[in-house]
Amino acid sequence: MGMTIAEKILARSSGRRTVSSGEIVKAKIDVAMMVDVTAPLAIRSMREMGRERVWDPERVIIVLDHLAPASSIAAAETHRTLRDFAKRQGIRGLYEVGEGICHQILPEKGHVRPGEVVVGADSHTCTHGAFGAFATGVGSMDMAAALATGKLWFRVPETVRVEIEGRLPEMVTPKDVILEVIGRIGADGATYKAVEFHGATVREMSIAGRMTLCNMAIEMGGKTGIIEADERTLEYLKGRTEAPLRPVRSDPDAEYSERFTFEVTGLEPRVAIPSSVDNVRAISEVEGREVDQVLIGSCTNGRLEDLEVAARILKGRKVHRGVRLLVTPASREVYLKALRSGVLEVLLRSGAVVTNPTCGACWGGHIGVLAPGEVCLSTSNRNFVGRMGSPEAEVYLASPATAAASAIRGAITDPREMVG
Amino acid sequence: MSFRIEGRVWKYGDNVNTDVILPGKYLVITDPVELGRHAMEGVDRDFSRKVRRGDVIVGGRNFGCGSSREHAPLALKAVGVGAVVAESLARIFYRNAINLGLPALECRGVSGLVQEGDLIVVDVLRGEVRNPRTGRSLRITPLPEFIVSILRAGGLIPYLREHIDEW
Repeated sequence: MGMTIAEKILARSSGRRTVSSGEIVKAKIDVAMMVDVTAPLAIRSMREMGRERVWDPERVIIVLDHLAPASSIAAAETHRTLRDFAKRQGIRGLYEVGEGICHQILPEKGHVRPGEVVVGADSHTCTHGAFGAFATGVGSMDMAAALATGKLWFRVPETVRVEIEGRLPEMVTPKDVILEVIGRIGADGATYKAVEFHGATVREMSIAGRMTLCNMAIEMGGKTGIIEADERTLEYLKGRTEAPLRPVRSDPDAEYSERFTFEVTGLEPRVAIPSSVDNVRAISEVEGREVDQVLIGSCTNGRLEDLEVAARILKGRKVHRGVRLLVTPASREVYLKALRSGVLEVLLRSGAVVTNPTCGACWGGHIGVLAPGEVCLSTSNRNFVGRMGSPEAEVYLASPATAAASAIRGAITDPREMVG
Repeated sequence: MSFRIEGRVWKYGDNVNTDVILPGKYLVITDPVELGRHAMEGVDRDFSRKVRRGDVIVGGRNFGCGSSREHAPLALKAVGVGAVVAESLARIFYRNAINLGLPALECRGVSGLVQEGDLIVVDVLRGEVRNPRTGRSLRITPLPEFIVSILRAGGLIPYLREHIDEW
């Protein structure tokens, strides 16, 4: 019997020739990443497990991104504690305030490689499946076990195969594709499972777009999203990591628990309406809904091509009076590229607030918290009650193109109307 | 930890996510007691005042979906929740709860077995939940032996303290 990508990676990392779904294996961890809001509990638990030192400081990454720069005294103390911890443990991979969002930093800085096992104390760690890794989010105590031993148990997941075919229309983006997928599969339709994305559309898709797809696998309950590494992946990773790259492909006779096919040639932009990510509508059904704030950013859509499409729409136009447009580049690298190419100037002239790279607004941490009754259209990944601030605020999820168009009109707007 | 939990039922619907179990603004807190004061605050402001030690949360599908924050099950445990029984559980929440020694169990049909305020008897080892008022009971999805051994130890910390060399 053939194996899926997830099965192959878990077999290799647990020293087995084959594994099959449902088995519990102990896998060696290649990279363990934690962030400022999850690391403190992980470190405390590691000590309580009786270990003072992490198993391999070269494989531990800490990113100060959720409350960056520190939004309170407590956050500042957390950051200081983590800096001290990294120093004492010899962890060189601590990324400071302003470097970027963990899921952008990890691949940019060469910490993600095809075929490896990445765990992160952040649920969107599934993003790194875009590079053909087995990458999954864990809680702080699992992170503690990984820090202490370099290993973690996994139930080998069943794999759902999602084929995406067709050519995306102009102003329809990978974000619209993944919202469409989640709308069909449902918020728990892939629970415990790996989601392999295949098809011509995925092969043609940029690395940024593939990251957007895998990023939201968790929003259907998935353990990870995975895309086979190809030439484009290797091209991206070249110069970022020196370790040998060993891409893993699924076998032709691999067993999938379910298969879905999506044809996206005529896809209309999609919007997830409050308060569940699978509450997905065609934009024509929600057009005209007034918004108070628009966020372009996050680990889902804060990359250069996201900012570029926004700038294309916003060029020479103004953000609607009374609307705040927040733009959060996902990393310093993205920020600099957008600065050099003139994208940031276009956005700033349109009236946008460009923030430092941070997770801030997406999870209601800081920089753009919503008041009761406010409506936000966001390119991020969750529209849960209270997610971005007040429980009485509402969050709609959409693509960066839809976000830019909506910022101009002050209401949810089809971006296809803005180009011509 | 106790493998037989008897407590009052607090019932919730589908897709109860970790943002409402423990809102993001409390993530800088690490003290379990203080976290417990905010448990379920996003859906039920008074939960921490109403709940008694040993009470049981009965959830719908996909309970605990969303963020990886361990603060969510930690808050539930600290405020006295004895077990979470749901139609289905989100993966990271499930692992986090087990790791903390909080039984998190899947039971098809549990939403129809009990009403809010009922007593429920959860027997982890026998794999059964029962409503003493109606006398009806349901099977829970069996836990793998490995998970039971983590629960038996009282969570991953005590488990690893004993087994770290064979991990």
